[in-house]
Amino acid sequence: MATVLADTKHLAMADFKGKVDPDWCPGCGDFGVLAAVQKALVDLQIPNHNVVTISGIGCSSNFPGFINTYGMHTLHGRALAVATGVKLANHELTVLVTGGDGDGFGIGGNHFMHTMRRNVDVLYIVMDNQIYGLTTGQTSPTSRVGMKTKSMPFGNIESPVNPISLALTAGATFVARGFSADQKHLTELIKQGIQHQGFSFLDVFSPCVTYNHDNTFQWFRPRVKKLEDDPAYNSTDWMAAMEKSLLWGDEIPIGKFFERTDLPALHAAEPVLDAGPLVHSDPHIPPDVARSFVEELM
Amino acid sequence: MKKTFTIGIGGAAGQGVATPGDIFAKIFSRRGLHLNAYNAYQSIIRGGHTFLTIRTGPEKVTNMGDRIDLLIPLNQDAMDRHLGLLTNGAACIYNADTIKPGAAAEGVALCPLPVSKLADISRNKVAQNTLAVGAGLSMMGIGFQSLEQVLSEQFKKKGDAVVSENVGIARAGYDYATANFKSFAWPLPLTGKRYAVLSGNTAMAMGGAAAGVKFYCAYPMSPSTGVLHWMASHARKAGIMVRQVEDEIGVVNMAIGAAHAGVRSMCATSGGGFALMSEGLGLSAMMETPVVVIDCQRAGPSTGVPTKTEQGDLWQMLGAAFGDYPRAIAAPLDIGDCFKIIPEMFNIADRFQCPGIVLCDLLLSEGRLSVDPEDLDFAPVVDRGELITTAPADSGSNGEGAYKRYKFTASGISPRAVPGVPGHTHTAASDEHDEDGVLISDEFTNPTKRRAMMEKRMRKVAGIEAAVPPPALSGPREADVTLIGWGSTNGVIAEACEILNDQGISANQLQIRWLVPLHGEAILNTLKNARHTIIVENNYSGQFARYLRSETSFVPNGHIRKYDGEPFMPHHIVAAVKEQLGGSVSLSVPAHEILV
Repeated sequence: MATVLADTKHLAMADFKGKVDPDWCPGCGDFGVLAAVQKALVDLQIPNHNVVTISGIGCSSNFPGFINTYGMHTLHGRALAVATGVKLANHELTVLVTGGDGDGFGIGGNHFMHTMRRNVDVLYIVMDNQIYGLTTGQTSPTSRVGMKTKSMPFGNIESPVNPISLALTAGATFVARGFSADQKHLTELIKQGIQHQGFSFLDVFSPCVTYNHDNTFQWFRPRVKKLEDDPAYNSTDWMAAMEKSLLWGDEIPIGKFFERTDLPALHAAEPVLDAGPLVHSDPHIPPDVARSFVEELM
Repeated sequence: MKKTFTIGIGGAAGQGVATPGDIFAKIFSRRGLHLNAYNAYQSIIRGGHTFLTIRTGPEKVTNMGDRIDLLIPLNQDAMDRHLGLLTNGAACIYNADTIKPGAAAEGVALCPLPVSKLADISRNKVAQNTLAVGAGLSMMGIGFQSLEQVLSEQFKKKGDAVVSENVGIARAGYDYATANFKSFAWPLPLTGKRYAVLSGNTAMAMGGAAAGVKFYCAYPMSPSTGVLHWMASHARKAGIMVRQVEDEIGVVNMAIGAAHAGVRSMCATSGGGFALMSEGLGLSAMMETPVVVIDCQRAGPSTGVPTKTEQGDLWQMLGAAFGDYPRAIAAPLDIGDCFKIIPEMFNIADRFQCPGIVLCDLLLSEGRLSVDPEDLDFAPVVDRGELITTAPADSGSNGEGAYKRYKFTASGISPRAVPGVPGHTHTAASDEHDEDGVLISDEFTNPTKRRAMMEKRMRKVAGIEAAVPPPALSGPREADVTLIGWGSTNGVIAEACEILNDQGISANQLQIRWLVPLHGEAILNTLKNARHTIIVENNYSGQFARYLRSETSFVPNGHIRKYDGEPFMPHHIVAAVKEQLGGSVSLSVPAHEILV
């Protein structure tokens, strides 16, 4: 029999609705990601005020405004750096980082790599549409070779980055890929990513219906294959994950590529946080400690 | 004139210039003598030339001074570079086995130490340094026990044998000097006081700890790295999270993240790193999340001269980040002030929810000064401003009349709820936003709302101005010349004024500590009756002079500027003032005589 605590409000989808409705183009893949995040938070019953959603700049980075949690809509490419600061100052918060492929793999590429190797306990969701949308359609770090855009009108001649193998190489301890059109599967991955203690990377195919005419919902639908459907696939096997990450074409794997749980998250590895979150700590240095600092200089 | 005694130690990097310097500093401060140490060095780990100046005396010492009383060259190069600086009454102690003295001025005592006869140099590679320290202390009239004590502490970890070996070598140098060299005319006194000796970087780090900083992050960059080192080595005792980040862009954004979550958060860098932080300062201003950034200036532009000092970043600070936004910028006046300025800046940043910039420079960051331990106050006023850190769990959500993060107020300050507080969820954005945080940058652009929010933020400027005192004139009210400086030149300008007053030219000083807010009206009032005004600064273009003019239309009678990487010495300013009062020039650029 279920026990209902009188002072605990059951959170529903409506509780996570933001102050304004999304301004994404009708049909944008990002709607599916927003709904899946809200559903995951409802399923996990995490109170709104204990969640911080942090983004950079771009279409998908408008995300924090559309969800009722604490939000930070920061600078282009800098969301992971800001999120690291938030998590280290108050590690009791659930920190979600949302953004696009240009934001995360282009201008924010350096922070992406270093946040992964640090194993900061955040879930990083990249709404990967393989294009720059808000700047009206330029080549992104994940645009395919040959794709014609306003910035490369004769076709892209640069190889795209592979976010999954990059994350595996950089030391992410949870690496997954979702598809915006598969709500149930995506919600499950988000829940796992939130619950994972360490850096969780979730690359989501979130097609741009306005500027990317190559990688559309229709293009992805027949290609995506869930790793969970293969009983032989072992997501604790890094080499197997690496091999799967290289698949692209007629078959594109989605699902959880890799997870390891044996490494501490950054906040758990730092003894300064043993006494609890910094935000609750006494700002004053104890007098005996202060005296010892001065004595060293005499 | 106050009485001081200055030691110059020169050698190659890696030859152990720092250790004798530390030993002298410890002995002087324990005698209750004040001291100022400045190390002219190069960006090289082994080799090159390093020249450490330690100036001491019973009264406050604020700069390297004009005179070297004792030179200790550790190699021929140091001898060749600096012997010519010595004048009557000075002495030079050197290793007679390896170094040949040049021609010394009259009255300079050459004191050769027969190093290989006094110590086993095959066993102890720095024996010449230890012998010289012992000899020097004998000539200064300081008892051997104080040296024995310091050496015992220094080598304690290496065991009794190493301690007694070094004490023995020092003793040999001490006794040899007592028997063979003439003592200095002025034996160094004992005052009964005790001072702490620290660098500006250590002072700013400790000031941060005192201010309640709980998050510090940085990317190593000379001359700011000392702040990181102190923070890192004291983090666990002080309960501070210290992170080394991949670049300064990451640094400032991580610091802002931590600040946004509710802790006091600080970072330090130099000009190049600060350039990368510029966009982040705008983020701090727009989200109204306070952060304190320290910029330790070095000679620029670009990589510039990483080990040399300059006051060349002022306009970078003034122009950092695009758009108009409230902020505070202050330059510490000395190393003791490096400590005090941090809690002050945090109170301003927290109260007005804006970035605060501390504009230091290599001279203070890496120089060392004796400070009264009482002045290192670890219980300063901590004013977090209008910060909401708790609320009942049943606090309403985002319904009608709900919490507005950017609420319009008369002061422009809106109470700031940190993530985790129930009932106060909101989005803080780098985009322009409405009172409740909703973006008015994209779909809901609105000129009326934009104007109102801009004015709300900028109302804080008046509050910051009222919270910070205007600068005050020091010295005689009426003077032949008024010297105007900012930040780290405080001590050397003050000493130049003393010398001028002694020489019959009355001089006073207006030193600027708060650059933003500047208090232009108060400055104009102070200067309106000045007979002759000269702005003294460590840069090429007169950055402060240009700033003062842009804010107040004030134009001084003259300028003294130095941009060779080395700090001012008092005589540079004195000579330039005389030259300008003589009417021949209005811009003086003193030459640095010490070749470093």
